[in-house]
Amino acid sequence: MRGYAGRFMEIDLSSCDIKEKRFPDEVLRDYIGGRGLAAKVLWDRLGSKWETVDPLGPENILLVLTGPLTGYFPGSKVCVSGKSPQSNGVIGSTVAGEFGVDLKCAGWDGIIVTGKSERPCYIFICDSQIEIKDALPIWGKRARQTLQFLIKESIDEIKSIRPLYGEAKEPSILYIGPAGENKTRVAAVISKYAHAAGYGGYGGVMGAKNLKAIVAKGFGPLPEVYNMDRMMNMARRFSKETFEMEWFRRWGTGGGGYSFAAESSSEPVRNWQSEWHNKKSYKREEFDKYWVKKNWGDFGCPMTCLKLSVLRKGRYRGAICDNPDYELQAYLGANLGIFDPEQNIYLSYVNNELGLCAIQGGAAMGFAAELYQRGILTKKDLDGIRLEWANVKGFAALAEMIALRRGMGNILAEGVYRAALKLGKMKRTNLLKYAIQEKGVAIGAHGIRSGKDFISENISYACSVQAGDHTSPASLPDGGELSSIMPDSAVYCFFAAFGQSNKEILNFYRSITGWKLTAKEWFGEKALRILQLQRAMLLLGGPDAKWKPKLDDDNPPRFWEPLPSGPYKGKALNRKRFERARLQYYRAVGWDVNGVPEPETLRKLGLSGVEAKLREASIIE
Amino acid sequence: MHRSMTRKEKIWILRNYGNCSGCRRCEIACSVKHEGKIWPEASRIRVFMLVPGVEIPHLCFQCEDYACVKACPMQALSVNDRTGAVNVDVSRCTACGLCVKACPGSVPHIHPEGNRVVICDLCDGKPRCVEVCQEGKWNALTTIPIAKISSRKALAKDPKKLTIEVAEEILGAEIAREVMG
Repeated sequence: MRGYAGRFMEIDLSSCDIKEKRFPDEVLRDYIGGRGLAAKVLWDRLGSKWETVDPLGPENILLVLTGPLTGYFPGSKVCVSGKSPQSNGVIGSTVAGEFGVDLKCAGWDGIIVTGKSERPCYIFICDSQIEIKDALPIWGKRARQTLQFLIKESIDEIKSIRPLYGEAKEPSILYIGPAGENKTRVAAVISKYAHAAGYGGYGGVMGAKNLKAIVAKGFGPLPEVYNMDRMMNMARRFSKETFEMEWFRRWGTGGGGYSFAAESSSEPVRNWQSEWHNKKSYKREEFDKYWVKKNWGDFGCPMTCLKLSVLRKGRYRGAICDNPDYELQAYLGANLGIFDPEQNIYLSYVNNELGLCAIQGGAAMGFAAELYQRGILTKKDLDGIRLEWANVKGFAALAEMIALRRGMGNILAEGVYRAALKLGKMKRTNLLKYAIQEKGVAIGAHGIRSGKDFISENISYACSVQAGDHTSPASLPDGGELSSIMPDSAVYCFFAAFGQSNKEILNFYRSITGWKLTAKEWFGEKALRILQLQRAMLLLGGPDAKWKPKLDDDNPPRFWEPLPSGPYKGKALNRKRFERARLQYYRAVGWDVNGVPEPETLRKLGLSGVEAKLREASIIE
Repeated sequence: MHRSMTRKEKIWILRNYGNCSGCRRCEIACSVKHEGKIWPEASRIRVFMLVPGVEIPHLCFQCEDYACVKACPMQALSVNDRTGAVNVDVSRCTACGLCVKACPGSVPHIHPEGNRVVICDLCDGKPRCVEVCQEGKWNALTTIPIAKISSRKALAKDPKKLTIEVAEEILGAEIAREVMG
């Protein structure tokens, strides 16, 4: 087996039992790693009782998985998964950083965490040594202090393991903030500052397990590959092409806060009440004023699309964040009526300190602010906060209420979808029309009404098995989500691979694993199998939410309204065209007219167990 | 960029810490060149990140007095006449760690296999780390004639000290203190 360390670790936090786990070659060939393997493991272990598993309960399984391309592909990530407390299905949520590299260098392909620790803990990994350590000193602590403590304690520990090594480098760290500890559904798993696995809500899953962080240091090399020269030559070529992408290298997605609104009319503005603005104050050059003049990259990255922002003076002195990248500029800026880079950097920093996912948390705040605008929520409901658009202080206070589950924050901590249901009951009115979400997941900051964004199909979100996740949109003619399954499963950063054809990626995969994988096998079989597993678990859902494709494979109500402003004013989605596309998509990926995987599709892919389960749950009738 | 060794001009690797993106492509290039594998902990150049956003590429400073060479009881270390780099004679090195202690910058480290020290050999005058850093236009690492640096030993500081200095430069002194704790 090449490209893999060859073993996974399984940690039961209830019994503190630590085991080694290996998967047969066939499983790795079919499911690769990351998102694909997560779907497989979750199905095998929880599938039979999926509807009853509480994502925030001890039976859920947290997976932190690398893939065969992790560390070799120029641009490294790690994939976090489990039963999602947002969609109640499975989401492969990736985050950049060195964690996956350190884990593989320590001799592990991934971590399977079960059970729940009695007291706050963190997992420390140094090569074959694994310890479950006390996290009481950092429980309740925010990002900065959490990292300070973990870096210091871990370096001391590494020095005691290798006393003669010399100056020890810091380990890689995945951690949660108070939002995760308090089991909110809008909490991210974070690496460094502002690097987040946000979609899925796995920060809350870690919190539910009393798991504050996972720390990894590997002293070994990355696992051997099948053809080192070939792999290095391809990596060099990919990098060279990336070096030519001057605009994206210069600005990253942080160049988008103005242009996605002014040019493509696809940015959420004031809880998506519009998708266009023309605020010159939000131009990239204005953000540039707060950027340290350096690029910010992770292991092997030729793109380094992130920049470091620091507020050295002024009201928000001390705030540190990334660009902010586009999703943060949108969800913690325009979507809250904020068009001032300084304020956006500050809110992004607050958000990161609290361990919130910017998209899910930002969406919950935008939703609350629209309710305030409409007089549905009042100052009294919000503990005295006047939640007017652009009230930065108010939003910072609300973020804290969400992360700590205080007052109205306790409801918003459930995420937009669940908050709309709860508040709707309290206020005796339908609030789902103000909830911009897809199957429990707030939608990425890429509107589809103008048709001018890179995500532009009417089914992009409605048919995705990762729901609102803008990194995994569905598309026609052949089920575009299947191509997103590759980077999430082989676990690398597709930002560093813009423009690489499927063929190139599959050749790269072969140079590492030695396993031949054709596009036909991938799209026609393996990726499709992973998609069916994710779809099955999404439809099983439960215990608190269950999706009906006819009803829920749909766009949020607001997306059906015409755009109210900008050059694409009046543009709206067409219901008939949408239904036609949806049906076409169902057919392309082997689902029936109701969006349920066809028994024949499942059998052909060797998933007759899934068929049986879907029959038992009356999803296949 | 690279002064040709045929001109017998010794080089020094100039670090501009503020330019380092933390991409660690230098670690990849170094370990592939010297170990034939991607092996960050065996790389002669190591990027420390004691604070996210403050990345410190750390490698030999080639001090004028070569304290590490003097400290070696086994004569395993020597200065390469041509390049000025410290060469490690693996057959003599016992991994005792005295050179690590002698280094004012805490630069050398024991190879993860445990039996020898690793120190930058300047790739015999054409350092791969600099090549890949230049290729990506980050310019955190550049080669310059060694004569241009008047006191190399004064620049040799341990990663923690360098982190404080660079953090102060990037974040300002007060914020740096808050972040470092």
